[in-house]
Amino acid sequence: MSLAAAVATPLPASAAVEFDAVRLTYRTATGVLPAIEEVSLAAAPGSFVSILGPSGCGKSTLLKIAAGLLPPSAGRVQLAGEVVRGPRRDVGIVFQQPTLLPWQTVLDNVLVPARSQGLDMRAARSRAMDLIALVGLAGFEKAYPHELSGGMQQRAGLARAFVHEPAVLLMDEPFAALDALNRERMALELLEFWSRSRRTVLFVTHGIQEAVFLSDRVVVLSNRPARVVEDIAIPLPRPRTLDTMLMPDFTLLCDRLRRNLFAASGAAGRA
Amino acid sequence: MRRLTDALYPLTTLAVLLLAWEASVRLFDVPNYILPSLSQVGEALWRGYVEGEYWRHLGFTLTAMLWGYAIGSGVALVLGALVAEIRLVERFVFAFVVGLQSVPKVALAPLVIVWFGFGIESKVVLVALICFFPTFINVIAGFRSVDPAVVDMMHAFGASRRRILWEVKLPGAASSIIAGLQVGVVLGLIGAVVGEFIASTRGLGHLIQNAATNLDLGTVFGAIASLAAIGIIGTQLLRALQRRVVFWERGGRGGAASVVTEG
Ligand SMILES: Nc1ncnc2c1ncn2[C@@H]1O[C@H](COP(=O)(O)OP(=O)(O)O)[C@@H](O)[C@H]1O
Ligand SMILES: [Mg+2]
Repeated sequence: MSLAAAVATPLPASAAVEFDAVRLTYRTATGVLPAIEEVSLAAAPGSFVSILGPSGCGKSTLLKIAAGLLPPSAGRVQLAGEVVRGPRRDVGIVFQQPTLLPWQTVLDNVLVPARSQGLDMRAARSRAMDLIALVGLAGFEKAYPHELSGGMQQRAGLARAFVHEPAVLLMDEPFAALDALNRERMALELLEFWSRSRRTVLFVTHGIQEAVFLSDRVVVLSNRPARVVEDIAIPLPRPRTLDTMLMPDFTLLCDRLRRNLFAASGAAGRA
Repeated sequence: MRRLTDALYPLTTLAVLLLAWEASVRLFDVPNYILPSLSQVGEALWRGYVEGEYWRHLGFTLTAMLWGYAIGSGVALVLGALVAEIRLVERFVFAFVVGLQSVPKVALAPLVIVWFGFGIESKVVLVALICFFPTFINVIAGFRSVDPAVVDMMHAFGASRRRILWEVKLPGAASSIIAGLQVGVVLGLIGAVVGEFIASTRGLGHLIQNAATNLDLGTVFGAIASLAAIGIIGTQLLRALQRRVVFWERGGRGGAASVVTEG
């Protein structure tokens, strides 16, 4: 079954996400650690926005704030026009690590948001089965995480993020743990899925090509403490396929981002 | 089948030790008030369990053990969870309980006897007091070992604290908790025996002391063997529980992951 074909059900409207002068300082045993200097950015409803930055610059921190897991030290995040004050039902998250519960089956893991939010479990279960098939795990519903490969676990985490039909998806380097081949495949599948559902996606990555390939816009962050170095539109036509990566514009955009990223991370970029 | 052959190795060691025991007693003509022969121990056990003298002692020790263990472990579970989950409880209780842990509980035995009498109650209290600590500490350690990223994940998807407790923390801590319970079995047994040594008219500890006073070492060893059996059975039960409950920490669900070979 193709990814897109299975997404036949009508989907709820997606929502805008806005970061408004968000700052964050961690308090640690040794003192204070500024993680986000100031970040403002906006993702229009239904758009795919990537956040690109060197590792340790504060990308995960930014997503945690958007998820309502961490209150910003200053500024605010708005979701569908409401200030985020805690975890919200209309948000789905994919973490860098699969974060599955080892004592639950794939199906039960995928159903975590539905159980937690008290959704109708019959409907949720059938949705979960569809999603599990969609991410290529059909037949593994009753398997436990330790019986799956890392890539398969990450796919289960992906299915989980969709089960409560969120309007906004936050993805924190979801493919970082995958090998190169699987990474490209998942990117293609995600794109196909997204093009049908058109949820707002905030996609954190440190992969330049991945960011350009997937996104409507790419926001480049500096080294920690993070601030926005560049915020560019990716005007490549959709639907994007493997051929997109061969387009001159694709290469130019990647090159521009790479230079910016080099400059932002203080490394010497060759002229 | 595999388990059976696995058990064969330690059983062989045991047999060799017993043979060496019997042989040295016979060869060196050791008097039986120093070391009884195996046959004397066997005889004592036979008399004890077939003619019935030991049963009431075994029953007494077992009852004290079971009640004390259930109470001590139960309180440890609840209090440990509270300390791990609620900051305020931790602040009030934790240092105090850890301080108490460094007191050798056996030293409290005479006090417990004074307060709770010569009967079974004082033994129950002693067992509970001693087997409380390993479980208490392991509950806290288990709760703290839960991956904060997983807790974040649950929060992000809207899970309540209660759901996180039941679906994440408790299963995540299970392995550590059961390990604590295992230590508790052995320590609890010490509590029961010490209580019976000090003041009791029943129990395997009482039996040992009485028999030792009469230089009836056959009975002493018979009672020790009975205590060892309780300890071994209890520990094995908890091991089995561990394997059943914490199935995800092994290779596969039904034991070590097995490979299907074809042809
Ligand atoms: N809970 C925390 N307490 C203190 N410092 C933290 C915490 N989480 C992250 N940091 C620090 O904040 C910085 C940004 O972290 P993070 O957002 O995870 O970066 P990224 O996801 O871009 O790799 C890092 O230097 C990290 O060490
Ligand atoms: Mg990160």
